[in-house]
Amino acid sequence: MSTQAEPLLRVTDLATHFVTRAGTVKAVDGVSFEVARGEVLGLVGESGSGKSVTGYSILGLVDPPGRIVSGSIRFSGRELVGMDDEAMRAIRGREIAMIFQDPMMTLNPVLRIDTQMIEAILAHERVSERAARDRAIEALRKVGIPSPRERLEAYPHQFSGGMRQRVAIATALLNRPALIVADEPTTALDVTIQSQILAEMQSLCRETGTALIWITHDLTVVAGLAQQVAVMYAGRIVERAGVDALLDSPLHPYTEGLLGSLPSSVMPGQPLRQIPGSTPSLGRLPPGCAFSPRCSYATERCSRDAPGVSFEGFSVTPADSPTQAAARAPRQYRCHHPLQDARR
Amino acid sequence: MSAVPAPTTTAAPAPAVETPIRRFLRTFAEDRVAVLGFSLFALIVLLAVCAPLITPQNPYDLAKVDLMDSRLPPGERMGDGFTAWLGSDGVGRDLYSGILYGLRISLMVGALSGLIAASIGMSVGLLAAYAGGRVETFIMRIVDLQLSLPAILIALILVAALGKGVDKIIIALVVVQWAYYARTVRASALVERRKEYVEAAQSLGLSTRAIVFRHIMPNCLAPVIVILTVQTAHAISLEATLSFLGVGLPQTEPSLGVLIANGFQYMLSGRYWISFFPGLALLLTIVSINLMGDRIRDVLNPRLEK
Repeated sequence: MSTQAEPLLRVTDLATHFVTRAGTVKAVDGVSFEVARGEVLGLVGESGSGKSVTGYSILGLVDPPGRIVSGSIRFSGRELVGMDDEAMRAIRGREIAMIFQDPMMTLNPVLRIDTQMIEAILAHERVSERAARDRAIEALRKVGIPSPRERLEAYPHQFSGGMRQRVAIATALLNRPALIVADEPTTALDVTIQSQILAEMQSLCRETGTALIWITHDLTVVAGLAQQVAVMYAGRIVERAGVDALLDSPLHPYTEGLLGSLPSSVMPGQPLRQIPGSTPSLGRLPPGCAFSPRCSYATERCSRDAPGVSFEGFSVTPADSPTQAAARAPRQYRCHHPLQDARR
Repeated sequence: MSAVPAPTTTAAPAPAVETPIRRFLRTFAEDRVAVLGFSLFALIVLLAVCAPLITPQNPYDLAKVDLMDSRLPPGERMGDGFTAWLGSDGVGRDLYSGILYGLRISLMVGALSGLIAASIGMSVGLLAAYAGGRVETFIMRIVDLQLSLPAILIALILVAALGKGVDKIIIALVVVQWAYYARTVRASALVERRKEYVEAAQSLGLSTRAIVFRHIMPNCLAPVIVILTVQTAHAISLEATLSFLGVGLPQTEPSLGVLIANGFQYMLSGRYWISFFPGLALLLTIVSINLMGDRIRDVLNPRLEK
């Protein structure tokens, strides 16, 4: 038994694979991390790095042929992997909510906003429809939708993209979940709306004590929002650390590459540094470290052995397996040649 | 000249809500032919519903029917003193009355069988799309099998086996029609269930039933409405065909098909009206429904939008 209280969410060694005729795609392969109550975790990675599948796995929404093949997801004292559908459904939307990327697609086009929001409340609680409506109005007001009472009776097509995403956020907040998984919720919006929504999300989560997993490919978004950042590459977390540590002194060459490719990292007029090559296909990963073919620090060892999880700042208790320790440690990485060595 | 548009703030009052139904009606009404079809259909329905009030004779009441009045040409006076504007049939029934009463049966059979077939077909189609796997294969092979046989053949066999009567005809027509709905609904449901709003609904913890019937089904309704119009017209003509062939409705419940069949034997002797007027009524009914159906298809098809 651990003496300290369990975190809100602890993912240990999660593996979600898609078994297809063309072979097994290891979309998520050995991912470990923790999210404390009220904490914001930024999950960063390129397309196909497995960040969205990680999010879907937490909600138990991986569609066949995808399947969680191993690992554990503990959420406020319960194991979510292998939980039966009915119990999972009771958690979904009430304790863990999700916000999706494209607000144009996530609201049902033929149902009014009030129908969709009230339904989300009534799916979990026995309250009167009037009470549910009042709560929906309150939620819309909170996310900054003007005259919410009237807007509640509108159809999704009568809202702009930013407004729709606000409605989606309001819907996710309806049942006051302890955790929200946000899958690139600002990617489809233009930049001004993006920053507004970010600021609102941040204050809403702070206000309600909601923990947030913010899935994105944009490190700059994460920099201002998250306390913890996990960088994913080819189905694995290659580095996880507190946001300042990760941005200031990345350990993994891939993190360094991502930071180097940001416009703010180079002098004006200089070309942006880019990571050579492209993301490998998850069905045919190179042997050893998946990043090694693109890595300028790679040695012969990198293309032979896949690096295991290393961690810092946490002493292993005998009861802990290395992956559990990695989930708890303030910092974890998977690299044979972490950059710190080079700097020292 | 340079009128700068006032900056539209988000605080502007919400625009008047145009419900999808209202928008549908507005677009529908833009086409004159469709409005004509609708008016004609509405008139036909009105006449059929009001038949007992506006006809001089009840063709079901055998006591009122006089064999002496049989085969009167249009415009002759009947024995009861009223004028048979459309003539009378082989057993002395006023054709105008007979047609309106016949329309009642034809419309009822068409609409009821259409609605029942649509409900069954939709449920089965949704089940196939959502369950997938063997259930889907099983259902869809039955649909394929059924659609590979001519409708009239299946209907004939069923009516021959079940016997005469309005209920039997409706059963036969439902059996003939459900497969069209099942196939169409499955196709649209397969597309809809891949959409993100379904995933969003799942992430809200809604039950499967709520997702299938409240979220997916309404999004599959557009093609169903189109098929409903086409199939209702089809069912009406199929019922008329069966009755014409003598296996449909009995003589005592004369639908349009029975009336046409009754007059058929007199065609060659020049007494055209006994078949002609019921046939004309059938034609107008089906054409009016099809005109509406065409427009509904255009309105509901996003690909044809201007």
